Amino acid sequence: MSLAEVREEMVDEAWAGGQGGVGDYLALLKPRVMSLVIFTALVGIAIAPGGIHPVLGFTALLCIAIGAGASGALNMWYDADIDRVMSRTRNRPIPAGKVTRSEALAFGMTLAVLSVLVLGLLVNWLSAGLLAFTIFFYVVIYTMWLKRSTPQNIVIGGAAGAFPPMVGWAAVTGSVSLESIVLFLIIFMWTPPHFWALALFKSSDYEAAGVPMMPVVAGDASTRNQILLYSLILAPVGVLPYALGFGGLVYGVTSGVLGAAFLLLAYRVWRNREGDEARRSAIRLFSFSILYLFLLFAVLLGEHLAVSLLTGVA
Amino acid sequence: MMAEEGIRLTAEQKKRRRARNIAIAAAIGALVVLFYVVTIVKLGPGVLNRPI
Repeated sequence: MSLAEVREEMVDEAWAGGQGGVGDYLALLKPRVMSLVIFTALVGIAIAPGGIHPVLGFTALLCIAIGAGASGALNMWYDADIDRVMSRTRNRPIPAGKVTRSEALAFGMTLAVLSVLVLGLLVNWLSAGLLAFTIFFYVVIYTMWLKRSTPQNIVIGGAAGAFPPMVGWAAVTGSVSLESIVLFLIIFMWTPPHFWALALFKSSDYEAAGVPMMPVVAGDASTRNQILLYSLILAPVGVLPYALGFGGLVYGVTSGVLGAAFLLLAYRVWRNREGDEARRSAIRLFSFSILYLFLLFAVLLGEHLAVSLLTGVA
Repeated sequence: MMAEEGIRLTAEQKKRRRARNIAIAAAIGALVVLFYVVTIVKLGPGVLNRPI
């Protein structure tokens, strides 16, 4: 089905409102993306100095999660046309005909405004401002502008995914500091190799939808170079929390080993360029990248909790 | 007089609408509880200290 046909069909679908179940609306929130956001924001809240009342910490986390979900819904509202063309996204609620575009827009906007207001009223306005900027960045800068116009889309758009720990940190301290910027940088540098590994084995999808992902525009070879380049930056950035003293020895060792493994897998992607082995390397890097980010933040959190328990200081 | 021709929901659509309404009610209820609890957390005993 061509993009023009898809767009025409969507006009007819606008009449078909009121079909969605609760599950369809939950799917609009992109629960899997949300889980990573919740986790990294939780780490930002937990390791920020000074501590926060558990109820307020929970409130901040809830607002960040809802804000992320709202971004997901607004992304699906805007991208409904290309989502129908790609196999990975074809079953999302709008292309599947469960929810109309205007319903998704209303749902996303309501949650976006609510999450920012509640965070501002109950926790503090700096974190609320950062959350509002994150939603704006993801929906307007990434989804509406960069995604369809430049192969650097996910490099800059990745900032939206990198903000949550910073929002969490700001919810506790009321400020932005070097530590929270480092947490931001880790996710920011992680995003390009993560998504380009995915794009290497899904590039036909993006091509059909007219999304200028790096392999589609610059070719696989150039993408492999850039994956390696970003991995070379990511590995040392991952160790920064240890170097700056807010990650302990366990974190230092873990981030070093995981960074080396990341580099090795990125090197394999760079070296294996043909056939099944090339595809397998890309899939392996993509899967490992998720584990990498999860483990870095998990160790940072675990270490902090262990120290708090031992010293009796929250 | 002719009967009004409007949109008639099927049983399935009515079921989904009911589920959506319950979810919205639950969300609003949760928000009320959240604001109540945060008020108590922030003001503590001071919640009663309100000169008239």
